[in-house]
Amino acid sequence: MDIPSAAPRDFSATNFLSRKSFVIGLSVIALLLLSTSPFYASRYTVVLLTTIFMYIVLTVSWTLFSGPTGYVSLAPAAFFGAGVYTSALMGFVLPLPAIIVLGGLVSSCLALVVGALTLRLRGIYFVMFTFGLVELLLHFILWWEVNITGTTGRVVPTLDNTTVYYLMLSILVAVILTAYFIKKSRFGLALQSIGECEEAAAHTGVHVTALKVTTFAVSAFFMGTAGAVMATRWTYIDPRIAFNLTLSFLPVLMAIFGGMGQLYGPILGAAIFTYLEEFLITRFPYYYMLIFGIIMVISILYLSDGLVGLVQKLWNRSWRVKHADT
Amino acid sequence: MLVTVLDILIAGLLMGGIYALIAVGLSLQYGVARVLNIAHGEFIMIGAFITWTLYILLKVSPLVSIVLSGPLVFITGFILHSTIFTRLRSSSPSTAVFEGKSMLACFGLLFIIQNTAILMWGAEIKGYSYLAFPVNFWGAKFAANRLITLGFAIAFGSAFYFFLARTRLGKAIRAAAQDPRAAALMGVNISRVLALCFGLGAMMAGLGGTLISMSYQIQPTMGLEYTMIALIVIVLGGLGSIPGSFIGGFLLGLVGSIVTYAQPGLALVAYYVIFMLLLLAKPTGILGR
Repeated sequence: MDIPSAAPRDFSATNFLSRKSFVIGLSVIALLLLSTSPFYASRYTVVLLTTIFMYIVLTVSWTLFSGPTGYVSLAPAAFFGAGVYTSALMGFVLPLPAIIVLGGLVSSCLALVVGALTLRLRGIYFVMFTFGLVELLLHFILWWEVNITGTTGRVVPTLDNTTVYYLMLSILVAVILTAYFIKKSRFGLALQSIGECEEAAAHTGVHVTALKVTTFAVSAFFMGTAGAVMATRWTYIDPRIAFNLTLSFLPVLMAIFGGMGQLYGPILGAAIFTYLEEFLITRFPYYYMLIFGIIMVISILYLSDGLVGLVQKLWNRSWRVKHADT
Repeated sequence: MLVTVLDILIAGLLMGGIYALIAVGLSLQYGVARVLNIAHGEFIMIGAFITWTLYILLKVSPLVSIVLSGPLVFITGFILHSTIFTRLRSSSPSTAVFEGKSMLACFGLLFIIQNTAILMWGAEIKGYSYLAFPVNFWGAKFAANRLITLGFAIAFGSAFYFFLARTRLGKAIRAAAQDPRAAALMGVNISRVLALCFGLGAMMAGLGGTLISMSYQIQPTMGLEYTMIALIVIVLGGLGSIPGSFIGGFLLGLVGSIVTYAQPGLALVAYYVIFMLLLLAKPTGILGR
């Protein structure tokens, strides 16, 4: 099953954002602003930005695998949760950088196993499997904690907001660079060919299974590191917090909301969606989930190519109008 | 010893009846309308809460409120399909795209329905007692309401099966399941038939909810667990097969009661393990093609 990607690229006028120097300049400015923001922004802004970064990491790493291949994975919550739990179990044992890397590695190992077992399943079965995975882990750990260790929930050593902010920002930069280089490489081209026609890709010499499993594991790595970092912001975690199914669906929705044809689509989608969620929580504490649901349905109904697709459509239209006489 | 075996067997059958009924609804929605309805459990929840409200406020017997909860949920489902999913279907370039998008729309619906219910009824666990006296089976005791639940589940399931197999409308539904385009060319109003299927699937869930509310506690967040179970059952029975859903439902009910006897709390884990093994070994299920 494939999720609609943005309309085929039109090389005439739509590349206004793809011009290399412009993009690089913009990214450098954004990075400078973001890396200095704890010095001048309010504490609230820093915390909000951390949440936004987390969702961007989840969305970009989801798109890394599911965007080109068309396999809709509902496992982000499982990989994120694996990172959260690694952090909770090892929090008082290992130094911080080791925990974060370990969180990522645990998630990738999980992804390797799951991927090797299931990536031969097509379409809806893969969706169901990954959907079930989150619930399986949740209920297994619940059972384990109640019956074997006799506890539910764990205390996680906390870090100050600024440290969490910089950690998340570094993961964000890492995941965006990884996504960019994969997209530009032969590796990315091969992934794209799997999404278009898997049999044809295999016949042209692409090692289909290995490629899919590796990319799945790479995308899980970043989700795991994000989980390991975010765990330190919550002082207490239990399986229901760590393996929250909403975290499986939100990255998918954010990617679609932003548009998956370009790298900046999911980034934009995640940022706007998270800000919207935050805004609704503060404005309508009782109704925000309801409004959020309505926004989800509307964006699926009316934004089929995402925000980026919409902008490109409008841009194309105005460009055509301008050049209509020639 | 015999009593224990009987205990486990009958408990499994009683649970299995409900599983089968809710799975039939989901199977219809996915098998014909191609909507993987993640919000299926929310329709169960609505059915349960309608019944609860009627019983608490007006003392209406749950067996009477079936007449109301079923049609109400059916209409909700029908309207949802004719507005949201019909539009998605016409704007999607392929079935695969439609399946992905409609599943995500269902997730949005899950949020909407669940939170509307929380606003209306509050988030607490609720329940009522109806026909809770014990009935004796050769030494094994069961509450009367569970037996009635099983009876109704079987009755609804078979009535539905005959509707599909024998009536003209049922034929149209089966035609739409096999090949929507050909069915449309043969004069089947495909949009209406698909909306009907989605509505009927929701109705099965609503009826299931009414039955569930008689013997189990209910709360607005109860839906997802039942959705998962229904998903597992339809994969077990074969996607889109109604008899398969029934067999799968009873099988899963039996497994659940055996595991609960051996290690309470692991039943859900066992379901997921079965689900995953099944997807790996035979994703087409018992009766799947």
